[in-house]
Amino acid sequence: MRDTVIPNNVPYAISRYSAEELKEALKKMYLIRKFEEGAEDSYMRGLIHGTMHLSIGQEASAVGSCMSLSDEDKITSTHRGHGHCVAKGADLSRMFAEFFGKESGYCKGRGGSMHIADPSKGNLGANGIVGGGLPIAVGAALSAKRLGTGAVTICFFGDGANNEGAFHEALNMAKVWNLPVVFVCENNKYGMSTSTERSTAVKNIADRAVAYAMPGVTVDGNDFSAVTEAVDAAVERARNGEGPSLVENVTYRWRGHSKSDRNRYRTKEEIAEWQSRDPIAAMAKLLVDHKIATEDEVAGIEADATRIIEEAIAFATEGDNPKIEEVTRDVYTEETAS
Amino acid sequence: MNMHSKTDLRELSYAEAIREAMDIAMVRDERVILMGEDIGVYGGAFGVTGDLVEKYGTDRVMDTPISELGGAGVAVGAAMTGLRPIFEFQFSDFATLGMEQIVNQAAKIRYMLGGAVSVPVVMRFPSGSGTGAAAQHSQSLEAWTAHVPGLKVVQPATPADAKGLLLAALEDPDPVMIYEHKILYKMKGHVPDGYYTTPIGKAAVMREGKDLTIVATSIMVHKALDAAETLAAEGIEAEVIDLRTIRPMDRDTVLASVRKTGRLVCVYEAVKTLGVGAEVSAMVAESDAFDYLDAPIVRLGGAECPIPYNPELEKAVVPQVPDILEAARNLARGRV
Repeated sequence: MRDTVIPNNVPYAISRYSAEELKEALKKMYLIRKFEEGAEDSYMRGLIHGTMHLSIGQEASAVGSCMSLSDEDKITSTHRGHGHCVAKGADLSRMFAEFFGKESGYCKGRGGSMHIADPSKGNLGANGIVGGGLPIAVGAALSAKRLGTGAVTICFFGDGANNEGAFHEALNMAKVWNLPVVFVCENNKYGMSTSTERSTAVKNIADRAVAYAMPGVTVDGNDFSAVTEAVDAAVERARNGEGPSLVENVTYRWRGHSKSDRNRYRTKEEIAEWQSRDPIAAMAKLLVDHKIATEDEVAGIEADATRIIEEAIAFATEGDNPKIEEVTRDVYTEETAS
Repeated sequence: MNMHSKTDLRELSYAEAIREAMDIAMVRDERVILMGEDIGVYGGAFGVTGDLVEKYGTDRVMDTPISELGGAGVAVGAAMTGLRPIFEFQFSDFATLGMEQIVNQAAKIRYMLGGAVSVPVVMRFPSGSGTGAAAQHSQSLEAWTAHVPGLKVVQPATPADAKGLLLAALEDPDPVMIYEHKILYKMKGHVPDGYYTTPIGKAAVMREGKDLTIVATSIMVHKALDAAETLAAEGIEAEVIDLRTIRPMDRDTVLASVRKTGRLVCVYEAVKTLGVGAEVSAMVAESDAFDYLDAPIVRLGGAECPIPYNPELEKAVVPQVPDILEAARNLARGRV
């Protein structure tokens, strides 16, 4: 991290982070994109079962939000959580192994796409219940405050979750107890098929912060630097004991909600318009324009990501399936209960 | 240990015993916090937390907003990250608002994450009828949570077990749900001094007998013991088992008793259908103890009805001592 005053006209992220940190961020964005594409391809080829929720198009939100976090800081994630997992430093091979349902996966094949977690890196897990992670994140922040760890929790949730009761209860309690938590809403415009216009009474979800007397800001979630600037400020407030904030990253998922989605609720033109605002292309351009990386280096970073994903898929393919006789293992911590 | 020392024979109410357990736990372990609605200066709707807030402050005895879902979820998240929360639902009925966090999160997180984390949360549920509070403040919903793998569910019937099971719950690495009966809060009984635990998953034989087995939970244990006293005078020796934990259930103690007596009555306050009694009955029917039965199994449970307001109606919808007596006499005299 650079400790200098931000010059005029230089995007926040360029001033705030070192070249190495920025190139690592770009790499993570490529890893997310290629993880999702690999997952989709594996599904198409019948290598995996179940469903998945892909975050292609949302990479800047996941990576940008986690920039100032350490492994001690926590995140809670969502059903569309692969990107958060990568952003928080997960191992791609173990992620893919979980996706393939293997014993070598993060959840030993018990969780799958919707429950990938890595507590050793502070990732408390994705969640299959919309809004399920909101109160849990507040609990993690309560632990940090009470135990004096100095850790901050980022709670990722979608625009759909902002209409759950859990959203209201969690944000209210976080403010009442002044806890170190940042609520990051990834507003990708649709809760499954229902648009925010049809589901949400306010124009911007961040407007709801007023009801909880906390700062709220809406940013272009496809602009890495804008995301980083907003979330870093919120993380710093939380770390300084100034309580919770709400940041809304406006973004878009290029793919459908899940594999059953036929995209009947949105137009091809709308999807194409958002694809022209690719957050990864924008990030690469940012690094090249500011001479953080050359175009060759960017190509090298992408090639690295491709190789890592290929290795991860190979690792996952070779992994052992869990043993059926161990199916009830880990229901309880001690195997005495039934 | 001197079993007859004066302190060993001291009596506490069930509520006092729970409070003493929380007090002991909070001294022993800085990570223990209490959370719930009106548990601070108010002392809890049933006075269970009492004046603990004066001793430990509002950072450790936390009044939550009226937010059962959020509150339960905060307790789950705190338990995953190093605290040992004891979360009180003001009435067990209100836990219906928090079921998402209990059933989808607390119970499943360890399994879904392949054992990477445990969720050592303790939740307390003041339950049961008899207070004139009608249908939304009087239910016995323990079977709901007992149906969910990943949870442990206990129902202490005595002050001593209320203390011991709470302290055992805090030692347990997994989520433990404690269903306390509101009518028992004022009941007094012998409570040992200091720290001890009552094992989760172990039933207690409260009275030995050879003629029939009465398996009971919570307040019904006391009704069963009252009935057993009357039955003894009539020459019928009833064995009374307090199940204490309904998940995991103590199969060995129940089956051993049924093998001895050959007759079984299950008594519980919750609605009879699909409840604890169904599980106890099936446990016997699926085991070798079935061969020892001399009569059909009898279940006594709550009526297929919400808890009504009128006091006579309220009594009529849950098993009472005469119901137990009638069932026991019929069984013992071969009338079933």
